[in-house]
Amino acid sequence: MRELSLHILDIVENSVKAKATLIEVTIEVKDGYINIEIADNGTGMDKEFVKTVTDPFSTTRTTRKVGLGIPLMKMAAETAGGNFSIESEKGKGTRVYASFLINHIDRMPLGDVAETITTVLYPDIDFVWTVRDENEEFVFDTREVKRELDPVPIDDAETMVYLKSYIQENIESIIGGKNL
Amino acid sequence: MKTIADIKAIREKMQAQILNRDNSDANAETRIVVGMATCGIAAGARPVFNELVEQVQNRNLKSVKVSRTGCLGMCKLEPIVEVFVPGEPKVTYVKVDPAKAKDIIAQHIVAGKVCVDYLVGEE
Repeated sequence: MRELSLHILDIVENSVKAKATLIEVTIEVKDGYINIEIADNGTGMDKEFVKTVTDPFSTTRTTRKVGLGIPLMKMAAETAGGNFSIESEKGKGTRVYASFLINHIDRMPLGDVAETITTVLYPDIDFVWTVRDENEEFVFDTREVKRELDPVPIDDAETMVYLKSYIQENIESIIGGKNL
Repeated sequence: MKTIADIKAIREKMQAQILNRDNSDANAETRIVVGMATCGIAAGARPVFNELVEQVQNRNLKSVKVSRTGCLGMCKLEPIVEVFVPGEPKVTYVKVDPAKAKDIIAQHIVAGKVCVDYLVGEE
């Protein structure tokens, strides 16, 4: 993946497939690291399966026997001086955490966070996106946005284009111009 | 800077259109589906998806819906875009980039001509 935000998109799609109704994503810039957390209330995994998910030859897919999303993100974190962890509980949900040393030469750029957020605007799944650094925080809660929009759907083209520029403007002062 | 309260303006602008749409036949909707699994994302599906959305918005195409799907099983041909026009066979575009996405909207969705250069058989 060319951007850290593409890893986020990929892991979020796992949460969607795990039938999550609420997905909370936090992107934090702190003490020289980018910390990313994706937590969902989806079906979760049993203990034995969680142990194997960082292995590329582990997947829930039945069409083939490889699943690369989690191993790729783990590798991206570990080659960039960071850490990766995944916790899950059957019936409760899953939490993925990855950190990246900002000044590491092998760290991929954070990339287009606003575009990532608008790519996963689902009418029936809610998201809480938090982007923060030491001084500032932006929270994008789709439950709040949907209340304001009702009855206009959140995934309508016009809404999506508007929300993308809204998010872009609001996260610019937090993650813009810092070579992230 | 845009705020959450500004969203109300969008709602007011669009509410009338939405109500009109509800009266139209739901089967008349054209669907554009982008493969958004690990393979698609790594190959560039996200900018393709957003370009399609932007084109639909720019051209005010009210009966066109852009959405996502998982892996379509031809990972090396990603990003893959499927177009479902009511009453016509499904069209599958492969190795799509934002420029091709723009063409797909202009030629296929608006003008009704399939972009044969971007089909899988034309590789």
